[in-house]
Amino acid sequence: MDMQIALLLGQDGLTNGAIYALLALALVLVFAVTRVIFIPQGEFVAFGALTLVSLQAGKLPGTLWLLLALGTLIALIDGALALRNRQFRRGLWIVSVYCVLPLLLAGTLFAIPAATLPLPLQVGLALMLVVPLGPMIYRLAYQPIAEASVLVLLIVSVAVHVTLMGIGLLFFGAEGSRTLPFSDVSFSLGDALLQGQAVLVVVTSVLLIMALYFFFERTIYGKALRATAMNRTGARLMGISGTLAGMLSFTLAATIGAFSGILISPITTIYYDSGFLIGLKGFVGAIIGGLASYPVAAAGAILVGLLESYSSFWASAFKEVIVFTLIIPVLLWRSLKTHHVEEE
Amino acid sequence: MSELAGADERIVVLEVSSLSVSYGKVDALHGIALKVHRGEIVTVIGPNGAGKTTLLCALIGLLPVRGDIVYLGEQQDGGRSVEKLVRQGMTLVPEKRELFSEMSVKDNLLLGAFDRYRAGHRDQLETIDQVFEIFPRLRERRAQMAGTLSGGERQMLAMGRALMAKPRLLLLDEPSLGLAPLVIKEIFRTITQLKKLGVAILLVEQNARAALQVADYGYVLETGRLSLEGPSRDLLTDPRVIESYLGLGGRH
Repeated sequence: MDMQIALLLGQDGLTNGAIYALLALALVLVFAVTRVIFIPQGEFVAFGALTLVSLQAGKLPGTLWLLLALGTLIALIDGALALRNRQFRRGLWIVSVYCVLPLLLAGTLFAIPAATLPLPLQVGLALMLVVPLGPMIYRLAYQPIAEASVLVLLIVSVAVHVTLMGIGLLFFGAEGSRTLPFSDVSFSLGDALLQGQAVLVVVTSVLLIMALYFFFERTIYGKALRATAMNRTGARLMGISGTLAGMLSFTLAATIGAFSGILISPITTIYYDSGFLIGLKGFVGAIIGGLASYPVAAAGAILVGLLESYSSFWASAFKEVIVFTLIIPVLLWRSLKTHHVEEE
Repeated sequence: MSELAGADERIVVLEVSSLSVSYGKVDALHGIALKVHRGEIVTVIGPNGAGKTTLLCALIGLLPVRGDIVYLGEQQDGGRSVEKLVRQGMTLVPEKRELFSEMSVKDNLLLGAFDRYRAGHRDQLETIDQVFEIFPRLRERRAQMAGTLSGGERQMLAMGRALMAKPRLLLLDEPSLGLAPLVIKEIFRTITQLKKLGVAILLVEQNARAALQVADYGYVLETGRLSLEGPSRDLLTDPRVIESYLGLGGRH
């Protein structure tokens, strides 16, 4: 392997690693706050990318119907609860958030041809279609069993994942697609050619990670999420309800997932089930961080990206094997390093 | 920490009647009736396992209850929840403190005002200054992680964090637990100080003497039932209380 190939592979690895890092951070966040291992994270990657593909192809994305269906379901359930407790203003608020807003979005999509819009607006529309699915899924699937054990939550996660993947096949079909590249710029660095899209992915990921850091360190809502992760009872006594924290963390995770999908869609062909494998690699990163440490999870995810890219050169057939085998030594090392703590 | 409306101190903040709590089939509390007025310290004393902590957890909404609770003149119904009660100014300082140990003292305090912030009150920085006035030690330690504080400082932080919510009713669960006598004295001095600010306080304590000395009114809780009640002065001299809870030292 010469220098040029090494640089090319490194660029590839870093680009993928940056995406895995974003997903790993979202997984750690969701687990720390709600104890949910968020397997459906990958579906948000696929939904984000494929929704943008549909918009650019001038089709109505299937995620719109999912948004309308879930919104109506929640409005029915929560609206009925609010009526029973005679909280009419709350009922009105629920209906307007879960029904009227998605309907307005649907109206917008019917009225204007999204394919002719500039790219940032298309991305914005795709995010508006996919991101609300995160908190909605939390409300329907996880909130009723928020106090359940990690295992039960994991089983529900598997169910949600399989369901969403099936829905993805129904909406987007079995064939893969790519979106139009965000930029055609490329730079030459020595011998290697830097692709504009790859640079964009890395830079955007770094910016997003910095924004997340700012959110957790400097804003009261970010601190509230960290507080919930540290001490659930303490947080509840401050009026930070588990529901609020869960909704917020799922919104962040869905945003990260959908945005990651949109970022890589011009350079990777995305199928309805591609998200799972991408999410799983983010999960390997999160495991390296012990599902607890954000910086280690991010670093682990970048390592996964690099390892994947270099092993695809030397042992392309074993690419996935090598990446997922990484978990074994990490788990071994973790189990040797941490001392078992007796429950109080 | 609103200004004290001196004229009308007898406003009932909390009135509880025939309150029962059970864990499964086991009755933990039975037929409890008590009252807390504005600007008053009411204490519930009793031995280990009498149900003191259960009482506070039930009042704040962490446990389901049977019976009547009227808080701020409003009958509590099925829609009762911790979050709602916190919004209405009820705050619990739990026995285990439940601090956010990997956060700074200042962030812990800020989160105490989370619900006020969410409701649109952006005065948390002024409130922090007021809390620092009450607990100067917390000002010195403001950048330190909560997990590294001493026992007394942790109790001060737990109380300071609760005060950040500007409570109308403060529920204190064993503030003296595990603290050195001098620190206990300081904590109880602060509790008396809070009373002057017009906060209603329901104080649950095993340290009966210290609690009765700062309280206006007291109840004795034994195996889930209230066995005695009366003005603290009277309880301090009541032979039954002296016998069971104050010991010989009470006769000096």
